[in-house]
Amino acid sequence: MGETITFWVLAVVSVGAALGMVFNRKAVYSALMLGTVMICLAVLYAVQEAPFLAAVQIIVYTGAIMMLFLFVLMLVGVDSSDSLVETIRGQRFWAAVAALGFGLLVVLAVGNVVFTAPAGLGEATQAAGGNVPALAALIFTRHVFAFEVTSALLITAALGAMVLAHRERLRPKPTQKDLARARFREGRDPSPLPGPGTYARNNAIDMPARLPDGRLSELSVNRTIARHDVEEGHLPSDPELAEAIRHAAEEEEEAK
Amino acid sequence: MTTEYLVLSGILFVIGALGVLIRRNAIVVFMCVELMLNACNLAFVTFARQWGNLDGQIIAFFVMVVAAAEVVVGLAIIVTIFRTRRSASVDDANLLKY
Amino acid sequence: MQTPTDIIPHTGGVIGVAWLMIALPLLGAAVLLIGGRRTDRWGHLLGVAMSLGSFVVAVLALVELLGLGEEQRRRAIELYDFIPGMVKMGLLVDPLSVSFALLITGVGSLIHIYSIGYMAHDPARRRFFAYLNLFVAAMLLLVLADNYVGLFIGWEGVGLASYLLIGFWYFKPSAAVAAKKAFVVNRVGDFGLLVGMFVIWTTFGTLTFKDLDVTGASNGTLTAIGLLLLLGACGKSAQIPLQSWLLDAMEGPTPVSALIHAATMVTAGVYLVVRSGAFFFPVGSGASLAVAIVGAATLLAGAIIGCAKDDIKKGLAGSTMSQIGYMMLGAAFGPVGYAFAIGHLFTHGFFKADLFLGAGSVMHGMNDEVDMRKYGGLFPKMRITAITFIIGYLAIIGFPLLSGYFTKDGIIETAVHSDYPILGWLAVLGAGITGFYMSRMVFMTFFGKPRWAEGAHPHESPKVMTIPLIILSIGSIFLGGYLVVNQTLYHWLSPAVGAAAEAPHFDPFTTPGLVTLAVVAAGVLLAWFMYGRAEVPQTAPAGNALVTFARRDLYGDALNESLFMRPGQWLTRLAVFFDNRGVDGLVNGLAATIGGSSGRLRRLQTGFARTYALSILFGAALLTGALLLVGNL
Repeated sequence: MGETITFWVLAVVSVGAALGMVFNRKAVYSALMLGTVMICLAVLYAVQEAPFLAAVQIIVYTGAIMMLFLFVLMLVGVDSSDSLVETIRGQRFWAAVAALGFGLLVVLAVGNVVFTAPAGLGEATQAAGGNVPALAALIFTRHVFAFEVTSALLITAALGAMVLAHRERLRPKPTQKDLARARFREGRDPSPLPGPGTYARNNAIDMPARLPDGRLSELSVNRTIARHDVEEGHLPSDPELAEAIRHAAEEEEEAK
Repeated sequence: MTTEYLVLSGILFVIGALGVLIRRNAIVVFMCVELMLNACNLAFVTFARQWGNLDGQIIAFFVMVVAAAEVVVGLAIIVTIFRTRRSASVDDANLLKY
Repeated sequence: MQTPTDIIPHTGGVIGVAWLMIALPLLGAAVLLIGGRRTDRWGHLLGVAMSLGSFVVAVLALVELLGLGEEQRRRAIELYDFIPGMVKMGLLVDPLSVSFALLITGVGSLIHIYSIGYMAHDPARRRFFAYLNLFVAAMLLLVLADNYVGLFIGWEGVGLASYLLIGFWYFKPSAAVAAKKAFVVNRVGDFGLLVGMFVIWTTFGTLTFKDLDVTGASNGTLTAIGLLLLLGACGKSAQIPLQSWLLDAMEGPTPVSALIHAATMVTAGVYLVVRSGAFFFPVGSGASLAVAIVGAATLLAGAIIGCAKDDIKKGLAGSTMSQIGYMMLGAAFGPVGYAFAIGHLFTHGFFKADLFLGAGSVMHGMNDEVDMRKYGGLFPKMRITAITFIIGYLAIIGFPLLSGYFTKDGIIETAVHSDYPILGWLAVLGAGITGFYMSRMVFMTFFGKPRWAEGAHPHESPKVMTIPLIILSIGSIFLGGYLVVNQTLYHWLSPAVGAAAEAPHFDPFTTPGLVTLAVVAAGVLLAWFMYGRAEVPQTAPAGNALVTFARRDLYGDALNESLFMRPGQWLTRLAVFFDNRGVDGLVNGLAATIGGSSGRLRRLQTGFARTYALSILFGAALLTGALLLVGNL
């Protein structure tokens, strides 16, 4: 009974999350939806006498792989949202037809079979004394070759990722001296940019700092945050501050 | 219960496939592939319980390992492509054609 | 009737090295052809030396053969295993082959010597001698081989040499065309010979003369083989229906015409018939009748063509056809006929070589002019040439006591007394026409008023050319008498070709003999009235239908053209059409279809990974459906 309830709840959640992942415009939301599906699946694994896999699912998938996805999303650009207008003619229609047809066939195939009550893994795990020892026994005996090959695969994948992501340096690495010289040559901001006015008179990071003469420094405002503030209407009540933030947001728009 | 698990697995798989077919952001496409792999894993785990055989779980384990490796390389490729083309759309990488 | 005697294996002596006869000129040809320009200075001398060397070996072999008893004069020497299990190459030295070898090397050597002078100004003289040597070697292989395969190799070798020599002045389009024509027409004959050999091999399991035994074979097979061999003989000997190439072959240098297209190669057909006579051409058989008819038809055709030609060499070529026709006619009548045919072959070899070389000598003195209407009155200018030419002329028309008289008369007598006397009387008629056209030639060339072209300075040829003429004319005078009067040749050849029940005897006062003389005299007189006494116009007058008929080579070329060339061209065009539209159309159409459909199919390669993914999903769905269906069935 407990399993049934768990299953139905998780099934609805995971299907909903999966649909959300597919149809969400923003990649970050998709990633979060995927994480939801994975956690649901992990619970279903646990329900189905696979505690080890449930743990691995959470650690490897939600922990490692999803983080990797998010990292890459950051690299590629978080705010680059996808246009959902289809460019290939008929792709959506046929994709729907194929997916529905395939799904129907799978459901038909599964529905065609009458399963007896599950045999359960009690017998299989009993000899080794538990799920994890039983899996370990199998991995290091019958599947040891595949396991070793897997290690080779992982090493290769790591190397491949390094080789692919590596960027060849074409010029010598600029030293501090070079960078400073370049800054002076360009003739603007020889010093580092001023920090925000967080501890000057406010405790928020989107507040511009004050220069020693009391003027506001627009350079101290993070442009992305400024734009966010303008879009969401979180502008401070002080018109001077609001003006500085709006100015910074406009510059950000122009830079785009 | 087995039937329900399998149908859920099939539905997730199809959703994943649909995502691969209609999304253009390479990273999202990749996520959809991961979803398909996970759906398969669910089927494996279900069958393992159905037949009282641990091999299904072992296979699911290996699938996870391979998926991890695949994600590493795939994302590296996406980063490389993005670096040169300033785009993560799978439709933009379409030079290899007639 | 007596069959040829057995062939005895032989080693040692001169006969044991009879292969030297072939090897020497072959070596000469090889040295001259491979040596190239370095041998230009002495090449002609080497050629002559090699030919003379062969002649010496032939003479020594003859002497050795004469030292043996009559029953033991067929000697076979084995050389090597040519085609294991099929042909052992060997040489057959017997009266017949030695006689031919003597003729080939003897006349051949004289013509080599003559060519030194004739070709003196030709820059390619060395090449000429190389080809001549090649010819001599091939011809000797043809007559000396003890099997049909060796004979065939020699046969093709002389065909090649003939082709090379007719086309020796290949820069003249007419020469190149004539060479090609000779080659092609000869292929037809060679085809017959080749198929004949196939039938011999399948029927008797051997191609060696020694092992060939035709008893027990069906008449039909023997006749078929005989007719096939006759086809080969017709090609090589320019007999009807394959006569057309010989007249054009006169495009070659005159010594070639003398050596190959008068004295030796064209007699290869006669040799083939005589050599195979005991097997496939027995007296009274269908094949021998065919030989006789071919011979009679050709001797008349050649003679008629000879009457109409103003080109001295073409006139002689027609005469050659005619004389070989006589030989063929003789070769149809068993051992007696063989003796006369071979006898006529020898005497003809001498007097026709004499006539050709005489003609060459005249041309040499007349700036290579060949039109007899531009000659006339040359006798005082070139006496040696004229006298030797006239001796050859008298020999060929059968003037009593000269060579041709004995041998030709023998053939006519044999034919008249055979089962088909009509053929004999046709030969008598042919003799009359021979008298006419040869007399016409002599009158037009050496007598009457000069009709020379501007700038012609007729002069006698150098000694290197006249001495061979003298030797040949001496042969033309005496050879026939020596061979025939005491039936020397008949007795000499009988071990090789068999003997008749009754040996022939020489009797000049028979009805056919006297009639022949009368007819020949009539021909000569007619020629005297038309060309000796009357003025000869410098341009040929338009003749009546008969003259045109003769001038056009009895429409032989026209016949070939309409019967074979045109249908062949149509067939070729049809084949080309079929090839273009049918075969190429099919292939090209297929290629176009594949290309077109590929062009459309490649549109599927859009470059969009998602399209490919869609097709993968479709495939997966289809597979799943199929599995379900199969599982439910």
